[in-house]
Amino acid sequence: MQVRHWGRWLSAIVVLALVAWLVESAVRAHFIDFAVVRKYQFSSLILKGLQATIVLAVLAQMTGIVLGVVFAVMRLSKNPVMSAVSSFYIWFFRGTPVLVQLFFWYNGVPLVFHRLTIAIPFTHVTLYSTPMTTFMTAFMAAFLGLALNEGAYMAEIVRAGIISVDEGQVEAASALGMTSMLTLRRIVLPQAMRVIIPPTGNEFISMLKTTSLASAITYGELLRRAGDVYSTNFEVVPLLIVASIWYLVLTSVASIGQYYIERRFARGRMRSPAETALQRVMKVMQRSPRL
Amino acid sequence: MTAMVKAEAVHKRFARLEVLRGINLEVEPGEVMVIIGPSGSGKSTFLRCINHLEKINAGRLWVDGELVGYRQSGDKIYELREREVARKRAEIGMVFQHFNLFPHMTAIENVVEAPMRVKGTPRQRAAEDGLELLERVGLADKCRAYPSQLSGGQQQRVAIARALAMEPKLMLFDEPTSALDPELVGEVLDAMRQLAHDGMTMIVVTHEMGFAREVGDDLVFMDDGVIVEQGAPRDILASPREVRTREFLSKVL
Ligand SMILES: Nc1ncnc2c1ncn2[C@@H]1O[C@H](COP(=O)(O)OP(=O)(O)OP(=O)(O)O)[C@@H](O)[C@H]1O
Ligand SMILES: [Mg+2]
Repeated sequence: MQVRHWGRWLSAIVVLALVAWLVESAVRAHFIDFAVVRKYQFSSLILKGLQATIVLAVLAQMTGIVLGVVFAVMRLSKNPVMSAVSSFYIWFFRGTPVLVQLFFWYNGVPLVFHRLTIAIPFTHVTLYSTPMTTFMTAFMAAFLGLALNEGAYMAEIVRAGIISVDEGQVEAASALGMTSMLTLRRIVLPQAMRVIIPPTGNEFISMLKTTSLASAITYGELLRRAGDVYSTNFEVVPLLIVASIWYLVLTSVASIGQYYIERRFARGRMRSPAETALQRVMKVMQRSPRL
Repeated sequence: MTAMVKAEAVHKRFARLEVLRGINLEVEPGEVMVIIGPSGSGKSTFLRCINHLEKINAGRLWVDGELVGYRQSGDKIYELREREVARKRAEIGMVFQHFNLFPHMTAIENVVEAPMRVKGTPRQRAAEDGLELLERVGLADKCRAYPSQLSGGQQQRVAIARALAMEPKLMLFDEPTSALDPELVGEVLDAMRQLAHDGMTMIVVTHEMGFAREVGDDLVFMDDGVIVEQGAPRDILASPREVRTREFLSKVL
């Protein structure tokens, strides 16, 4: 029985040797200057960028989730106008590159609309008016672009979740006198969560990285800040590594969070609560053959 | 005395398929009506029409003297809005073949959900009443269990408690024991028998002829969207008048 594992061990050793060789030659060639990395990893400029990245990603993702729920419900509505509007939104925002959308909000909109005015329709009462360039800051453009784009993806994810809930659930809720809104909120969405949460976690992880596109419209997030630093000191590679390390930290934390949230929403579906990561590791270790 | 349920020439179509082709019947308050009939005869559809989960295409249907899903003023008929339909539905309990408990809620949460969210019953009151109902169906000790942790019979009894929590004036049962293992059927029928004994008006679609004979006040045999035969359960089960009834009974008894 043990003989079968020789191939596995051999390939592992070969791969590890290759990785060691790569790292070693990179260090020797001064490709990575760890002193510079260490110096900037926690510098205030980079931390400011990190904070901006987190704020943008969280706001855009949360807004995207809300938009997703709204457009998913519209898409599933029996009203053909609602469902057509929603289909168009999803088609449009999924079909165009998000970078183009960001340029559109940041550069395009202020060119076309000079002022942002909120007024009561059919009257001369103006509630709020400001030059578009004042309103459409880099942050606002990045936020709008990423949130609207995310809303289109979330709409499809939420729709799949809603469809996955057994029709009998809606029927039972209706028979109890619950309205469709109440049924959606209390019965359908909580059950749809099981299907919605895993891809939403992936969306958020992807969003953490996609925020880097906002650097192209001058928003001072992580990548932009790193760029600001290396354009003055020319330490391009160390600063890109500084940024990458932060992205890895963010996405790793998000993955762990995703795991625990998924576990929480599996409640009631299993006879015993799901095992924690640690329990799972222990189990896998027990299962693997003795060396 | 107004009938609890009154149907007059009720018709229901799905696209071109005529499922109900003129149903006439009356259920008095406190009566237990049992409906039997072959698969596809329209039994479930008729129950679903009674609480307006399906709209009828022709005929009239009243519950407790009021039109189902519509409002009559003068000789005009207006369709009710969603909120009004929901309020009417809240007065009718329904129990399904596949229980349809909310899987993300414990037994007690299933029971208190509608009283709290629909009727606005305070949490404390709802919880006390809910626990009492669970006790009535013999499940007080399972109040914190999720549906997935309960047997089919237990789930169905929670579903009955959940429907009763809205204090309905009428209970509809759609094959409540058909999805159960034989040894679990009895506990659900016992709960229903108790309910009938307490005076609840019930319409029960079932294949349990023993229950029909013992608990039913009236038996209806439906086939192909019409009522073929109706009468006292004892009489029909012992000596059916119609050929179709006889054929059906010979298959199920
Ligand atoms: N929503 C629907 N759309 C189209 N056809 C339907 C729908 N619901 C029911 N039907 C059809 O109506 C007919 C009657 O269905 P119904 O469920 O009322 O029968 P049933 O007497 O309850 O049968 P069973 O004993 O199998 O439950 C069937 O032919 C069914 O396919
Ligand atoms: Mg049926």
